[in-house]
Amino acid sequence: MDLSVLTLSRFQFALTIMFHYLFPPLSIGLGGLLVIMEALFLKTRDFHYEAMTKFWTKIFAVNFAVGVATGIVMEFEFGTNWATYSRYVGDVFGSALAAEGIFAFFLESGFLAVLVFGWDRVSPRIHFVATCMVALGAFFSSIWIVVANSWQQTPAGYHIVGQGLAARAEITDFWAMVFNPSSMDRLVHTLIGAYILAAFFVMSIAAWYILKGRHLDFAKKSFTIALIVAAITSLAEPISGDLQAKKVAHTQPAKLAAMEAVFQTGTGPTPLYLLGLPDAAEQRVKYGIAIPGLLSFLAYGDSQKPVTGLDKFPRADWPPVAATFQSFHAMVWLGMLFVALTLVGLYFRWRGTLFEKRWLLWVFVLAVPLPFAANQLGWVTAEVGRQPWVVYGLLRTSDALSKAVVASQVLGSIIMFIVIYAMLFAVWVFVLDSKIKHGPDEAATGPTTPARGGLFGVAGLRAGAGGGASLTERGDSGGKE
Amino acid sequence: MDLNILWFILLGVLLTGYAILDGFDLGVGMVHLAVKKDDERRILMNSIGPLWDGNEVWLVTFGGALFAAFPQAYATAFSGFYTAFMILLFALIFRAVSMEFRSKHDAPAWRSFWDVSFCAASMLATFLFGVAVGNAMRGMPIGPDMEFQGTFVSLLHPYALLVGLLAVATFAMHGSIYLHLKTEGELQKRIQGWMWRTFGFFLVLYILTTMFTLVTVPLATHNFQEHPWVWIVVVLNVLAVANIPRAIFLGRPGYAFASSCATIAALTFLFGVALFPRLIYSSLDPDWSLTIYNAASSHKTLAIMATIAALGMPFVLAYTSVVYWVFRGKVQLGKFSY
Repeated sequence: MDLSVLTLSRFQFALTIMFHYLFPPLSIGLGGLLVIMEALFLKTRDFHYEAMTKFWTKIFAVNFAVGVATGIVMEFEFGTNWATYSRYVGDVFGSALAAEGIFAFFLESGFLAVLVFGWDRVSPRIHFVATCMVALGAFFSSIWIVVANSWQQTPAGYHIVGQGLAARAEITDFWAMVFNPSSMDRLVHTLIGAYILAAFFVMSIAAWYILKGRHLDFAKKSFTIALIVAAITSLAEPISGDLQAKKVAHTQPAKLAAMEAVFQTGTGPTPLYLLGLPDAAEQRVKYGIAIPGLLSFLAYGDSQKPVTGLDKFPRADWPPVAATFQSFHAMVWLGMLFVALTLVGLYFRWRGTLFEKRWLLWVFVLAVPLPFAANQLGWVTAEVGRQPWVVYGLLRTSDALSKAVVASQVLGSIIMFIVIYAMLFAVWVFVLDSKIKHGPDEAATGPTTPARGGLFGVAGLRAGAGGGASLTERGDSGGKE
Repeated sequence: MDLNILWFILLGVLLTGYAILDGFDLGVGMVHLAVKKDDERRILMNSIGPLWDGNEVWLVTFGGALFAAFPQAYATAFSGFYTAFMILLFALIFRAVSMEFRSKHDAPAWRSFWDVSFCAASMLATFLFGVAVGNAMRGMPIGPDMEFQGTFVSLLHPYALLVGLLAVATFAMHGSIYLHLKTEGELQKRIQGWMWRTFGFFLVLYILTTMFTLVTVPLATHNFQEHPWVWIVVVLNVLAVANIPRAIFLGRPGYAFASSCATIAALTFLFGVALFPRLIYSSLDPDWSLTIYNAASSHKTLAIMATIAALGMPFVLAYTSVVYWVFRGKVQLGKFSY
């Protein structure tokens, strides 16, 4: 087995980033759903919506805490394992990361305290502002991270200073860096993916309550809101994906060739494989089912034009074909499944029979891992498809390592991460499970208790339950008589 | 003043903010085992419940700003201290997990396990911060290629360990004073006793570290000749330290807390003065040191970041104050607390 610093560092990065990315998309999407729910409460003054917001806030808080803990690891790892990369991209990547810290992290974590613990300490309007700020923070955060990653895919607005191993990229045009050729398409695709994930997550738990006959009113309302969001986003995602793939065809042709296993450029129309087993050694796709000419049409809008194949690139510049092809295809198939599922759901919801269709509700309960998988697979396509480069065309992954680190250190930290992440995952599941079993609190019937007057009504400042609460567990005295 | 100096100062501000804010919640973690009853331990944990997460963001932003402003220093320090940083991550994550896990089950053995791990992780993280500061003061084996050439064990020099202990004592004292503000009744009386004990521990280590620094770390005072006004901060530091017992004695914990904040700020400032204009001092050859010029990003990036900071920091300070205001007052336990 190859236990070089390179292999180990890549393994560690894949492990920590994939584990991390279980949590942010749910925070991003659920943050948006919380804004919708609380806005409905403020508009209708229907306390079911308040109970709903409170319940999903608790889930949000657990998820957010794990996301922060695993996110710190990522920030450290650029320096610990990829020091040469950090020196190379620091000037460009750094301003995005600093912007994320100052604009996004402080906003999220500051207002999260009010969102989670502040129900009986501030007025409903101020609380709503806090919810919006947390959602906005999660959104800002995704902007800067996707911008930085997109710069690695399609570098722009920079020039190279220095020679050989001392070379590094320096920024020449900040806005060209921010709006590099792929950043906006990829941002849209990532955000829509996050909303699909969060909506399916909400639908899964709500469908389970309906099947168990618990919290019916709450569950049906939650399910309907999430179903509408899921249907819109699932339909929008293939459109965004198509726009993005057309860009990839121009900016990263080797990646597109790997995504579709185009080994030879050919002379006529290029087919689109629906399924298959690409074999890089034999340079062909085994057991493939293909539609003639479709890839040419999708990539260039011209069904006759041949798509650039991997034969146009030196073998050393090929991404791993099988992994890129399969992750991409699995993601696309899952995306199609989401469209079908949500349309079926909408149809029965419109007919008014959805909540009697137990089989369909079970499908929604069990479907929750799929959007998590689709989000992960999309990133695997993006990152594996960029190989062997860490910054496309500029810096190879194998040159990006830390020079002061030896293999045994990385092996040690991998073992540590496996242990601690297994534990974190257990906490997450355990806490989530207890929240779901506990369910939402009954909606209040009387007028709401939080003080209205003043900017920060402090009705419950020192009184009763919830005065001192944890991040994941708090009293719900606010709003109940 | 050029942008490199500005960013050195801004990093100092972020580090000071982190040390003051996360300092008290790490300190609360360290004295956690000093109370025995379950309810009292819950009060301690809940005193930092809504705040610790936001406090840790100061560290995250410090890391991000270091990466952005001085990528060479970020890369050298993080890769050179690989093992130390991994242990730090372990401690920080474990600490968060302990708080979340503890309340989920009633069995005494379960709770004591997470109590011990909460305390140990808080202490370990603080100790590592101190060791890092100690090593930065002494200088590190940095080669001409800006790469770290030592080992993890070479970081465990007696001076670095002493600064590590000083950090533990400082935060334990800072956290005790914070707890005195957040508690009441009989528990508060006992915390009064810890304030005295942790202050004594701090005072001994403060004097020892000062002597050690003056004798063995020439770097610490090299800027004093050129900038004699720095002595004012030294004097203020001593006054702040002296004001802590005075305020405790007079029954004014608010002043004591302000004084311990000032002490931490002054110590962080003097650490900055010791380094300036270097970020990482090479013990092999001073010319190989990483400075705020040879380790920095381009002028353009520093200017962009300064704009970002100017736009963002006022908001950060405003809503951080708002959040602390919303959660003012003594800790009360609810049935859903930790």
